[in-house]
Formats: sequence, C-alpha cells, structure tokens
Amino acid sequence: MDVLAALTGSIGSVGYGLAAIGPGIGVGIVWAAYIQATARQPESAGLTRTYAFLGFALSEALALIGFVVPFVFGT
Amino acid sequence: MTSSALALGHVLAAGPGFEAPGLEAFYPEPLWHFSVLGVDFEITRITLILWIATLAIIGFLVATVRKPEIIPGKLQFLGESGYSLVRDGIARDVVGPKGLPFAPFLASLFFFILANNLMSIVPFAQISPMSKFAFPLVLALICWVMYIWIGIREQGVGKYFKDILFLPGVPGPMYVLVTPIEILQNFIVRPFTLAVRLFANMFAGHMLLLVFSLGATYLFTVGGLSYVFGGISFLMAIVMTFFELLVIFLQAYVFTVLMGTYLNGSIEAEH
Repeated sequence: MDVLAALTGSIGSVGYGLAAIGPGIGVGIVWAAYIQATARQPESAGLTRTYAFLGFALSEALALIGFVVPFVFGT
Repeated sequence: MTSSALALGHVLAAGPGFEAPGLEAFYPEPLWHFSVLGVDFEITRITLILWIATLAIIGFLVATVRKPEIIPGKLQFLGESGYSLVRDGIARDVVGPKGLPFAPFLASLFFFILANNLMSIVPFAQISPMSKFAFPLVLALICWVMYIWIGIREQGVGKYFKDILFLPGVPGPMYVLVTPIEILQNFIVRPFTLAVRLFANMFAGHMLLLVFSLGATYLFTVGGLSYVFGGISFLMAIVMTFFELLVIFLQAYVFTVLMGTYLNGSIEAEH
C-alpha cells in the first residue's frame, strides 16, 4: 500500500493539543458561571466557591491526563 | 547535584541543537541502597526532599502553637488561619455538621501536600515529591479506604453498597446504565483522578519550569540574537514560578476539598 502522508515526531503533542480543547472550554464555563453567580448574588460567593473549584478541578483533570499521556506512551 | 543541573548537563552535552528535557529529571541517582527482607529500597534526593518537607511542616505547625496567646502573634495567626481554612472551610462547610471529627485528618492531608508541593519552587530542591506518581497514589488510596470505611460505619454495609449499586430515585430500566457508572465512579475513577490530578499538576509544573529555564540557559550559550530570546525565556521561567505557586496552593486545597465531598457522600445518605 502506498503511503500518501506520513507524520514523524511527537504525535503525543498533537494529542495534548486536542485534549486541551474540551477542558479549556469547560474551565471557562465553570469560572464564567461562578462570576455570574457572584455578580448576581454577592453573598453566595463563599457557598459556591467550593463547587466552582470542584468543577474546575474535574474538568482540568482531563487536560492533565492528556499532558501526561505523551510521556507515558512516548517514542 | 540537583535534577536541574543533571538535565542542564544533558542539554548542553547533546551537541548541536536544543534537546527538550525528558523524564530523566524524575529518576535521580539513588544516594543509598539497602534491602530489607528481600525488598530493595533506594533513597534518592526526592525521598530526602519528602523527609525535609515533612519535618519542616511539623516544625512550623509546632512552632505556631508552642506559646498560644489570646491575641495571636504573626506566627500563631498564620498557623491558626491555615488550620481554620481546613476546619471551617472544608470540615464544617463541605463535609457537613458531622464533619468536625475529620478536621485533623483533612488538615494533615492539606499541610502535608502543601509542604511537599512547595518544594517544587524551593531553591536547591525544586522538585516536588508529588511529581512522582507513587506519593499521590498512596495518599489517594488512604482516602479511598477511609471514605468507604466511613460510609460503611455511618450507614451500615447493606445500605452503603445498596445506595451505590442502586441509586435511589432512578426508574427501573435505567439501572442497566446507572449501576456500572456508579460502581466505576465510586471505586475506580475517584481515587484514580484524585491521584492523577495532583501528580499531573506537579509533573507539568516541573516540566514547564525545566523547559523555560533550560531553554534560557541554552539560548545564552548560543549567543548573538539568541540573548534576546534567552531573556524572554528567563522571564517566562520567573512568571511560571509564580504561576506554580498558585497551582501549589490550589492543588493542596482541591485535593482536600474533594476528599471532603467524598466524606460528605459517605456520611450523608444519597438524596
């Protein structure tokens, strides 16, 4: 079979780039929602802060797994 | 020789062209070997950093409560506000009204992780033990055993596992979908993400600092116009060190908050 296109180098880096899209959007949504909630009801800031950090940490985890994978399954 | 110095030697010895730092920074030469009952132990500089960080945080916390006064001094204020962040912010508000007995555990967790994370920007140490996967993994396993045990103790074996296997308030056929997800979520994904999050953050932070500082050093050796880019890279290394400081506190806090929510789920029956 003829090879039409080939890619050399660290493909894991491309994978990390792809893996960062979703968490990027997710983290943005989490903090946007937190800022909105705080702006609408400033006294709820302490109450929702924990949930904001929770949501942030959970979405960020995906990007971090994506970061580690190229090292684990590297060349 | 610090890991950064080793990595720098690696970069400069690689001949023409910059070689990006790899995993070798995380596998330092062992300083001392011994074996007990057929199990080999190696003491590396990361182990030493772990001991120093742990001793330092114990020393700091003991010093803050050595002479307690009604009007706290600066040191006592620092220690007390750190403890009250965990006690009031996590044990009381996140775990719930029954959470106060867990405050010492959560505070130990928080301060242990914080001290070890801080070693990633302390000069001459500059690597966090938490960037070796084994350390966060053991912490996560301790938390895993603990929240399951607390769940069994507070709700009873039958009710605890029944609530996880058959989440109340779900229409019958949906259990085909919900039960596997709940089992995966409670027993595998939780401890795994807890460990990976802390590990990956510290690992990524160390790699970022390595790339920028080694890049700066390499560009300075090239000379010419590269001095300008080397300067930019060096500035980025400093900026990233401050970003790392933020990540250090955030990850110690996030680990403890997540453990708090898992404990909350174990103590209070599912709604």
